[in-house]
Amino acid sequence: MVNKRFDSPRAVMDKLVADGVIRDGMTIMAGGFGLCGIPEQLIIALRDTGVKNITAISNNAGVDDWGLGLLLQTKQIRKMISSYVGENEEFARQFLEHELEVEFNPQGTLAERIRAGGAGIPAFFTATGVGTQIAEGKETRVIDGREYVLETWLRADLSLVNADVADETGNLRYRKTARNFNPMMAQAGAVTIAEVNKVVPIGEIEPDAVHTVGAYIDGIVLTHSEKRIEQRTVSAS
Amino acid sequence: MALTREEITKRAAKELRDGYIVNLGIGMPTLVANYIPKGMQVWLQSENGLLGIGPFPTDDKVDADLINAGKQTITAVPGAAYFSSSESFEMIRGGHVQLAILGAMQLSQEGDIANWMIPGKMIKGMGGAMDLVAGVKKVVVAMEHTNKKGEAKILRECTLPLTGKRCIDMVITDLCVLEMDESRQRFRLTELAPGVTVDEVLAKTEAEILTDAPAELIAV
Repeated sequence: MVNKRFDSPRAVMDKLVADGVIRDGMTIMAGGFGLCGIPEQLIIALRDTGVKNITAISNNAGVDDWGLGLLLQTKQIRKMISSYVGENEEFARQFLEHELEVEFNPQGTLAERIRAGGAGIPAFFTATGVGTQIAEGKETRVIDGREYVLETWLRADLSLVNADVADETGNLRYRKTARNFNPMMAQAGAVTIAEVNKVVPIGEIEPDAVHTVGAYIDGIVLTHSEKRIEQRTVSAS
Repeated sequence: MALTREEITKRAAKELRDGYIVNLGIGMPTLVANYIPKGMQVWLQSENGLLGIGPFPTDDKVDADLINAGKQTITAVPGAAYFSSSESFEMIRGGHVQLAILGAMQLSQEGDIANWMIPGKMIKGMGGAMDLVAGVKKVVVAMEHTNKKGEAKILRECTLPLTGKRCIDMVITDLCVLEMDESRQRFRLTELAPGVTVDEVLAKTEAEILTDAPAELIAV
Protein backbone atom coordinates (compact mmCIF):
# COMPACT_ATOMS: atom_id res chain seq x y z
CA MET A 1 0.00 0.00 0.00
CA VAL A 2 1.19 3.50 -0.75
CA ASN A 3 2.02 5.21 2.51
CA LYS A 4 0.39 8.64 2.51
CA ARG A 5 1.19 9.37 6.12
CA PHE A 6 3.84 11.99 6.96
CA ASP A 7 5.34 12.50 10.39
CA SER A 8 5.23 16.28 10.32
CA PRO A 9 4.39 19.26 8.08
CA ARG A 10 8.17 19.72 7.72
CA ALA A 11 8.51 16.15 6.38
CA VAL A 12 5.76 16.90 3.85
CA MET A 13 7.61 19.94 2.56
CA ASP A 14 10.98 18.14 2.43
CA LYS A 15 9.40 15.53 0.15
CA LEU A 16 7.65 18.15 -2.02
CA VAL A 17 10.88 20.13 -2.41
CA ALA A 18 12.75 16.94 -3.37
CA ASP A 19 10.04 16.08 -5.90
CA GLY A 20 10.17 19.56 -7.45
CA VAL A 21 6.56 20.38 -6.50
CA ILE A 22 7.68 23.33 -4.38
CA ARG A 23 9.25 25.84 -6.73
CA ASP A 24 9.29 29.61 -7.16
CA GLY A 25 6.29 30.88 -9.11
CA MET A 26 4.09 27.95 -8.11
CA THR A 27 0.31 28.15 -7.67
CA ILE A 28 -1.17 26.93 -4.41
CA MET A 29 -4.68 26.56 -3.03
CA ALA A 30 -5.27 26.87 0.71
CA GLY A 31 -8.62 25.82 2.19
CA GLY A 32 -10.51 27.69 4.87
CA PHE A 33 -12.96 30.53 5.43
CA GLY A 34 -11.43 33.26 7.55
CA LEU A 35 -9.33 31.29 10.02
CA CYS A 36 -11.84 28.42 10.11
CA GLY A 37 -10.63 25.18 8.54
CA ILE A 38 -7.27 26.51 7.31
CA PRO A 39 -4.26 24.19 6.91
CA GLU A 40 -2.44 26.28 9.48
CA GLN A 41 0.57 24.08 10.21
CA LEU A 42 1.17 23.29 6.52
CA ILE A 43 1.19 27.03 5.76
CA ILE A 44 3.89 27.54 8.40
CA ALA A 45 5.92 24.68 6.90
CA LEU A 46 5.47 26.09 3.39
CA ARG A 47 6.74 29.46 4.60
CA ASP A 48 9.81 27.78 6.03
CA THR A 49 10.75 26.33 2.61
CA GLY A 50 11.45 29.91 1.48
CA VAL A 51 9.55 29.43 -1.81
CA LYS A 52 8.85 32.75 -3.55
CA ASN A 53 6.45 34.36 -6.07
CA ILE A 54 3.51 32.21 -5.05
CA THR A 55 0.09 32.65 -6.63
CA ALA A 56 -2.27 31.80 -3.77
CA ILE A 57 -5.89 30.84 -4.36
CA SER A 58 -7.82 31.15 -1.12
CA ASN A 59 -11.12 32.76 -0.14
CA ASN A 60 -9.34 35.05 2.33
CA ALA A 61 -5.78 36.05 3.16
CA GLY A 62 -5.65 35.15 6.83
CA VAL A 63 -4.84 37.82 9.41
CA ASP A 64 -1.53 39.63 9.92
CA ASP A 65 0.09 36.91 12.01
CA TRP A 66 -1.80 33.74 11.05
CA GLY A 67 -2.81 31.72 8.02
CA LEU A 68 -1.70 33.10 4.66
CA GLY A 69 -0.91 36.36 6.47
CA LEU A 70 2.34 34.64 7.48
CA LEU A 71 3.35 34.29 3.81
CA LEU A 72 2.42 37.92 3.17
CA GLN A 73 4.66 39.07 6.05
CA THR A 74 7.59 37.39 4.35
CA LYS A 75 6.49 38.62 0.88
CA GLN A 76 6.42 35.09 -0.51
CA ILE A 77 3.07 35.70 -2.23
CA ARG A 78 3.05 37.58 -5.56
CA LYS A 79 -0.64 37.25 -6.36
CA MET A 80 -3.83 36.41 -4.46
CA ILE A 81 -7.03 35.07 -6.01
CA SER A 82 -9.70 35.64 -3.33
CA SER A 83 -13.22 36.88 -2.67
CA TYR A 84 -12.73 38.90 0.51
CA VAL A 85 -9.53 39.98 2.18
CA GLY A 86 -10.99 41.81 5.18
CA GLU A 87 -8.90 42.41 8.20
CA ASN A 88 -5.25 42.22 7.26
CA GLU A 89 -3.16 45.40 7.51
CA GLU A 90 -0.07 44.00 5.83
CA PHE A 91 -2.23 42.82 2.95
CA ALA A 92 -3.75 46.31 2.61
CA ARG A 93 -0.32 47.93 2.65
CA GLN A 94 1.15 45.63 -0.03
CA PHE A 95 -2.00 45.96 -2.14
CA LEU A 96 -2.09 49.77 -2.01
CA GLU A 97 1.64 49.97 -2.83
CA HIS A 98 1.17 47.57 -5.76
CA GLU A 99 3.58 45.02 -4.28
CA LEU A 100 0.83 42.42 -4.38
CA GLU A 101 -1.47 41.58 -7.27
CA VAL A 102 -5.04 40.72 -6.27
CA GLU A 103 -7.78 39.15 -8.37
CA PHE A 104 -11.18 39.42 -6.70
CA ASN A 105 -13.76 36.78 -7.53
CA PRO A 106 -17.34 36.56 -6.32
CA GLN A 107 -17.25 33.88 -3.64
CA GLY A 108 -19.56 31.47 -5.46
CA THR A 109 -17.68 31.94 -8.72
CA LEU A 110 -14.40 31.27 -6.90
CA ALA A 111 -15.82 28.10 -5.35
CA GLU A 112 -17.21 26.91 -8.68
CA ARG A 113 -14.00 27.70 -10.61
CA ILE A 114 -12.11 25.53 -8.13
CA ARG A 115 -14.76 22.80 -8.30
CA ALA A 116 -14.55 22.93 -12.11
CA GLY A 117 -10.76 22.59 -11.90
CA GLY A 118 -11.03 19.38 -9.93
CA ALA A 119 -13.90 18.10 -12.06
CA GLY A 120 -12.20 18.54 -15.45
CA ILE A 121 -14.62 21.25 -16.62
CA PRO A 122 -12.56 24.03 -18.24
CA ALA A 123 -15.26 26.72 -18.11
CA PHE A 124 -18.89 27.37 -17.21
CA PHE A 125 -21.50 30.11 -17.58
CA THR A 126 -22.88 31.92 -14.52
CA ALA A 127 -25.26 34.83 -13.94
CA THR A 128 -23.08 36.11 -11.10
CA GLY A 129 -21.34 39.36 -12.03
CA VAL A 130 -23.18 40.01 -15.29
CA GLY A 131 -23.25 43.77 -15.92
CA THR A 132 -20.46 44.42 -13.40
CA GLN A 133 -16.71 44.94 -13.83
CA ILE A 134 -16.24 41.22 -13.07
CA ALA A 135 -17.68 40.44 -16.51
CA GLU A 136 -15.56 43.00 -18.41
CA GLY A 137 -13.59 41.37 -21.21
CA LYS A 138 -15.26 38.00 -20.67
CA GLU A 139 -17.46 36.12 -23.11
CA THR A 140 -21.19 36.35 -22.39
CA ARG A 141 -24.08 34.38 -23.79
CA VAL A 142 -27.86 34.50 -23.53
CA ILE A 143 -29.23 31.09 -22.53
CA ASP A 144 -32.99 30.61 -22.12
CA GLY A 145 -33.47 34.37 -22.16
CA ARG A 146 -30.93 35.31 -19.47
CA GLU A 147 -27.40 36.64 -19.87
CA TYR A 148 -24.49 34.65 -18.42
CA VAL A 149 -20.73 35.22 -18.23
CA LEU A 150 -18.08 32.61 -19.00
CA GLU A 151 -15.75 31.78 -16.11
CA THR A 152 -12.78 29.43 -16.40
CA TRP A 153 -11.49 26.71 -14.09
CA LEU A 154 -8.78 27.08 -11.46
CA ARG A 155 -6.18 24.42 -10.73
CA ALA A 156 -3.11 24.37 -8.52
CA ASP A 157 0.33 22.78 -8.38
CA LEU A 158 -0.33 22.12 -4.70
CA SER A 159 -3.49 22.18 -2.60
CA LEU A 160 -3.22 22.39 1.17
CA VAL A 161 -6.42 21.42 2.94
CA ASN A 162 -7.66 20.91 6.48
CA ALA A 163 -9.93 18.10 7.63
CA ASP A 164 -11.03 16.69 10.95
CA VAL A 165 -10.41 12.98 10.39
CA ALA A 166 -8.46 10.99 7.81
CA ASP A 167 -8.01 7.28 7.41
CA GLU A 168 -4.71 5.90 6.14
CA THR A 169 -5.87 5.88 2.49
CA GLY A 170 -6.66 9.58 2.73
CA ASN A 171 -10.46 9.41 2.97
CA LEU A 172 -11.46 12.61 4.78
CA ARG A 173 -14.20 13.88 7.02
CA TYR A 174 -14.68 17.55 7.82
CA ARG A 175 -16.23 19.13 10.89
CA LYS A 176 -19.01 21.76 10.86
CA THR A 177 -18.24 24.94 8.88
CA ALA A 178 -14.53 24.04 8.72
CA ARG A 179 -15.46 22.17 5.51
CA ASN A 180 -15.94 25.32 3.32
CA PHE A 181 -13.44 25.38 0.40
CA ASN A 182 -11.49 22.27 1.44
CA PRO A 183 -13.36 19.58 -0.57
CA MET A 184 -13.08 21.39 -3.94
CA MET A 185 -9.46 22.35 -3.36
CA ALA A 186 -8.63 18.75 -2.45
CA GLN A 187 -9.74 17.79 -5.97
CA ALA A 188 -8.18 20.73 -7.84
CA GLY A 189 -4.57 20.27 -6.77
CA ALA A 190 -2.07 18.33 -8.89
CA VAL A 191 -0.75 17.35 -5.47
CA THR A 192 -2.98 17.60 -2.39
CA ILE A 193 -1.89 17.36 1.24
CA ALA A 194 -4.38 17.21 4.11
CA GLU A 195 -3.66 18.44 7.62
CA VAL A 196 -5.94 16.60 10.04
CA ASN A 197 -6.82 16.45 13.72
CA LYS A 198 -7.10 12.67 13.84
CA VAL A 199 -5.91 9.67 11.80
CA VAL A 200 -7.82 6.39 12.04
CA PRO A 201 -7.10 2.92 10.59
CA ILE A 202 -8.55 1.87 7.26
CA GLY A 203 -12.16 0.77 7.64
CA GLU A 204 -12.94 3.01 10.55
CA ILE A 205 -14.64 5.66 8.41
CA GLU A 206 -17.87 4.21 7.04
CA PRO A 207 -17.86 4.33 3.22
CA ASP A 208 -21.17 6.22 3.39
CA ALA A 209 -19.62 8.82 5.68
CA VAL A 210 -16.61 9.80 3.54
CA HIS A 211 -16.69 13.50 2.55
CA THR A 212 -13.58 13.57 0.34
CA VAL A 213 -12.46 10.35 -1.30
CA GLY A 214 -8.85 9.36 -0.63
CA ALA A 215 -8.21 9.18 -4.39
CA TYR A 216 -7.65 12.95 -4.38
CA ILE A 217 -5.25 12.94 -1.43
CA ASP A 218 -1.49 12.45 -1.82
CA GLY A 219 -0.45 12.97 1.77
CA ILE A 220 -1.89 13.28 5.26
CA VAL A 221 -0.28 14.73 8.34
CA LEU A 222 -1.55 14.72 11.90
CA THR A 223 -1.17 18.13 13.53
CA HIS A 224 -2.16 19.84 16.74
CA SER A 225 -3.95 22.83 15.32
CA GLU A 226 -4.45 26.00 17.31
CA LYS A 227 -7.80 26.74 15.61
CA ARG A 228 -7.70 30.46 16.25
CA ILE A 229 -10.99 32.39 16.38
CA GLU A 230 -11.37 35.70 14.52
CA GLN A 231 -14.60 37.00 16.08
CA ARG A 232 -15.39 35.36 19.39
CA THR A 233 -19.07 36.24 19.82
CA VAL A 234 -21.05 34.89 22.76
CA SER A 235 -24.49 35.28 24.30
CA ALA A 236 -25.05 35.65 28.03
CA SER A 237 -27.48 32.76 28.45
CA MET B 1 -41.42 60.40 11.57
CA ALA B 2 -38.68 58.39 9.95
CA LEU B 3 -38.25 54.80 11.11
CA THR B 4 -35.45 53.82 13.48
CA ARG B 5 -32.99 51.12 12.43
CA GLU B 6 -34.89 48.71 14.65
CA GLU B 7 -38.17 49.57 12.91
CA ILE B 8 -36.62 49.11 9.45
CA THR B 9 -35.46 45.70 10.64
CA LYS B 10 -38.93 44.82 11.95
CA ARG B 11 -40.52 45.83 8.66
CA ALA B 12 -38.00 43.70 6.76
CA ALA B 13 -38.91 40.73 9.00
CA LYS B 14 -42.46 40.93 7.61
CA GLU B 15 -41.08 39.57 4.32
CA LEU B 16 -40.28 36.24 6.02
CA ARG B 17 -42.59 33.29 5.35
CA ASP B 18 -42.88 29.91 7.04
CA GLY B 19 -40.32 27.45 5.64
CA TYR B 20 -38.25 30.10 3.82
CA ILE B 21 -34.51 29.71 3.34
CA VAL B 22 -33.09 33.17 3.97
CA ASN B 23 -29.67 34.80 3.72
CA LEU B 24 -29.12 37.91 5.85
CA GLY B 25 -26.34 40.37 5.04
CA ILE B 26 -23.89 41.79 7.55
CA GLY B 27 -25.02 44.78 9.66
CA MET B 28 -28.68 45.84 9.97
CA PRO B 29 -30.00 42.85 7.96
CA THR B 30 -28.47 40.42 10.49
CA LEU B 31 -30.80 41.86 13.13
CA VAL B 32 -33.85 40.61 11.18
CA ALA B 33 -33.17 37.24 12.86
CA ASN B 34 -34.36 38.79 16.14
CA TYR B 35 -37.86 39.36 14.72
CA ILE B 36 -38.78 35.99 13.25
CA PRO B 37 -42.42 35.56 14.33
CA LYS B 38 -43.10 32.89 16.95
CA GLY B 39 -44.18 29.59 15.42
CA MET B 40 -42.63 30.41 12.04
CA GLN B 41 -39.76 28.20 10.88
CA VAL B 42 -37.17 30.15 8.91
CA TRP B 43 -33.85 28.55 7.89
CA LEU B 44 -30.99 31.04 7.95
CA GLN B 45 -28.28 30.30 5.41
CA SER B 46 -24.63 31.15 5.97
CA GLU B 47 -22.65 31.16 2.72
CA ASN B 48 -19.59 29.51 4.32
CA GLY B 49 -21.62 26.30 4.48
CA LEU B 50 -24.46 26.13 6.99
CA LEU B 51 -28.22 26.03 6.69
CA GLY B 52 -29.82 26.59 10.09
CA ILE B 53 -27.91 29.32 11.95
CA GLY B 54 -28.71 29.42 15.66
CA PRO B 55 -28.01 32.07 18.31
CA PHE B 56 -24.53 33.05 19.46
CA PRO B 57 -23.08 30.37 21.77
CA THR B 58 -22.62 30.69 25.49
CA ASP B 59 -18.98 31.00 26.50
CA ASP B 60 -18.57 27.26 27.17
CA LYS B 61 -20.08 26.29 23.79
CA VAL B 62 -17.79 28.39 21.55
CA ASP B 63 -16.46 26.22 18.70
CA ALA B 64 -13.74 27.45 16.33
CA ASP B 65 -15.16 25.14 13.63
CA LEU B 66 -18.59 26.81 13.70
CA ILE B 67 -18.74 30.37 12.38
CA ASN B 68 -21.01 32.51 10.20
CA ALA B 69 -20.11 34.46 7.05
CA GLY B 70 -19.09 37.41 9.26
CA LYS B 71 -16.61 35.01 10.94
CA GLN B 72 -18.46 35.23 14.25
CA THR B 73 -18.81 32.14 16.42
CA ILE B 74 -22.38 30.82 16.23
CA THR B 75 -24.48 27.70 16.90
CA ALA B 76 -26.58 25.50 14.63
CA VAL B 77 -30.28 24.76 15.23
CA PRO B 78 -31.71 21.21 15.28
CA GLY B 79 -32.22 20.14 11.65
CA ALA B 80 -29.26 22.22 10.44
CA ALA B 81 -26.91 20.97 7.72
CA TYR B 82 -23.28 21.68 6.85
CA PHE B 83 -21.95 21.68 3.29
CA SER B 84 -19.07 22.95 1.18
CA SER B 85 -18.69 26.46 -0.24
CA SER B 86 -19.49 25.21 -3.75
CA GLU B 87 -22.71 23.57 -2.58
CA SER B 88 -23.58 26.70 -0.64
CA PHE B 89 -23.49 28.74 -3.84
CA GLU B 90 -25.25 26.01 -5.81
CA MET B 91 -28.05 26.61 -3.30
CA ILE B 92 -27.85 30.36 -3.90
CA ARG B 93 -27.38 30.45 -7.70
CA GLY B 94 -29.73 27.52 -8.23
CA GLY B 95 -32.66 29.50 -6.84
CA HIS B 96 -33.11 27.46 -3.65
CA VAL B 97 -32.83 30.48 -1.36
CA GLN B 98 -36.15 32.35 -1.29
CA LEU B 99 -35.09 35.63 0.29
CA ALA B 100 -31.96 37.72 0.82
CA ILE B 101 -31.93 40.92 2.88
CA LEU B 102 -28.90 43.11 2.22
CA GLY B 103 -27.54 46.59 2.79
CA ALA B 104 -26.56 48.91 -0.07
CA MET B 105 -24.47 52.00 -0.76
CA GLN B 106 -26.42 52.92 -3.93
CA LEU B 107 -29.39 51.65 -5.94
CA SER B 108 -30.51 52.66 -9.43
CA GLN B 109 -34.07 53.21 -10.58
CA GLU B 110 -33.94 49.97 -12.58
CA GLY B 111 -32.92 47.93 -9.54
CA ASP B 112 -29.13 47.86 -9.92
CA ILE B 113 -27.17 47.68 -6.66
CA ALA B 114 -23.70 48.90 -5.66
CA ASN B 115 -22.44 47.75 -2.27
CA TRP B 116 -18.95 46.31 -2.58
CA MET B 117 -16.36 48.94 -3.40
CA ILE B 118 -15.57 52.63 -3.44
CA PRO B 119 -12.88 53.56 -6.00
CA GLY B 120 -9.78 54.98 -4.33
CA LYS B 121 -10.49 53.31 -1.01
CA MET B 122 -9.16 49.98 0.20
CA ILE B 123 -11.02 47.20 -1.61
CA LYS B 124 -11.86 44.25 0.60
CA GLY B 125 -13.70 42.22 -2.02
CA MET B 126 -17.29 41.34 -2.81
CA GLY B 127 -17.46 38.07 -0.86
CA GLY B 128 -20.77 36.40 -1.72
CA ALA B 129 -22.75 39.57 -2.51
CA MET B 130 -22.65 39.25 -6.31
CA ASP B 131 -23.80 35.62 -6.16
CA LEU B 132 -26.63 36.46 -3.75
CA VAL B 133 -28.10 39.30 -5.81
CA ALA B 134 -27.84 37.22 -8.99
CA GLY B 135 -29.23 34.00 -7.57
CA VAL B 136 -31.73 34.58 -4.76
CA LYS B 137 -35.39 34.73 -5.80
CA LYS B 138 -36.35 37.85 -3.84
CA VAL B 139 -33.70 40.40 -2.95
CA VAL B 140 -34.67 43.05 -0.40
CA VAL B 141 -32.47 46.01 0.50
CA ALA B 142 -32.80 47.44 4.02
CA MET B 143 -30.97 50.74 4.40
CA GLU B 144 -31.14 54.43 5.32
CA HIS B 145 -32.83 56.38 2.53
CA THR B 146 -29.94 58.87 2.20
CA ASN B 147 -26.24 58.73 3.04
CA LYS B 148 -24.56 60.39 6.02
CA LYS B 149 -24.30 63.67 4.08
CA GLY B 150 -28.04 63.56 3.35
CA GLU B 151 -27.49 62.76 -0.34
CA ALA B 152 -29.78 60.44 -2.26
CA LYS B 153 -28.72 56.77 -2.45
CA ILE B 154 -31.51 55.78 -4.84
CA LEU B 155 -30.25 57.27 -8.10
CA ARG B 156 -30.99 57.28 -11.82
CA GLU B 157 -27.72 55.38 -12.32
CA CYS B 158 -25.29 54.09 -9.70
CA THR B 159 -21.99 55.98 -9.76
CA LEU B 160 -20.16 53.26 -7.78
CA PRO B 161 -19.12 49.93 -9.36
CA LEU B 162 -22.11 47.58 -9.50
CA THR B 163 -22.66 44.43 -7.48
CA GLY B 164 -25.52 43.39 -9.77
CA LYS B 165 -27.86 44.71 -12.47
CA ARG B 166 -31.65 44.77 -12.24
CA CYS B 167 -31.76 42.44 -9.29
CA ILE B 168 -33.44 44.33 -6.43
CA ASP B 169 -37.10 43.52 -5.79
CA MET B 170 -37.85 45.67 -2.75
CA VAL B 171 -36.31 48.52 -0.76
CA ILE B 172 -37.11 49.25 2.88
CA THR B 173 -35.76 52.54 4.22
CA ASP B 174 -36.41 54.81 7.17
CA LEU B 175 -38.85 56.76 4.96
CA CYS B 176 -40.70 54.25 2.82
CA VAL B 177 -41.07 50.90 1.08
CA LEU B 178 -40.45 50.64 -2.68
CA GLU B 179 -41.37 47.60 -4.78
CA MET B 180 -40.06 46.89 -8.27
CA ASP B 181 -42.60 46.92 -11.09
CA GLU B 182 -40.90 44.53 -13.53
CA SER B 183 -43.00 45.60 -16.50
CA ARG B 184 -42.04 49.27 -16.13
CA GLN B 185 -38.58 48.70 -14.63
CA ARG B 186 -39.14 51.27 -11.93
CA PHE B 187 -39.75 51.10 -8.19
CA ARG B 188 -43.26 51.92 -6.99
CA LEU B 189 -43.79 53.68 -3.66
CA THR B 190 -46.07 51.35 -1.71
CA GLU B 191 -45.66 52.31 1.96
CA LEU B 192 -44.73 55.44 3.87
CA ALA B 193 -43.33 55.84 7.38
CA PRO B 194 -45.66 57.67 9.81
CA GLY B 195 -45.69 61.39 9.07
CA VAL B 196 -43.54 61.08 5.95
CA THR B 197 -45.03 62.53 2.76
CA VAL B 198 -44.69 61.50 -0.88
CA ASP B 199 -43.02 64.86 -1.54
CA GLU B 200 -40.39 64.22 1.14
CA VAL B 201 -39.57 60.82 -0.41
CA LEU B 202 -39.33 62.37 -3.88
CA ALA B 203 -37.09 65.17 -2.57
CA LYS B 204 -34.66 62.61 -1.13
CA THR B 205 -34.73 60.28 -4.14
CA GLU B 206 -32.91 61.05 -7.38
CA ALA B 207 -34.38 58.06 -9.20
CA GLU B 208 -37.63 58.24 -11.08
CA ILE B 209 -40.11 56.26 -8.98
CA LEU B 210 -43.77 55.39 -9.52
CA THR B 211 -46.27 57.10 -7.18
CA ASP B 212 -49.39 56.02 -9.06
CA ALA B 213 -50.87 53.95 -6.22
CA PRO B 214 -51.91 55.10 -2.75
CA ALA B 215 -49.10 54.35 -0.28
CA GLU B 216 -50.07 52.60 2.93
CA LEU B 217 -48.67 53.42 6.35
CA ILE B 218 -45.69 51.16 7.22
CA ALA B 219 -46.77 48.80 9.97
CA VAL B 220 -44.01 47.86 12.43
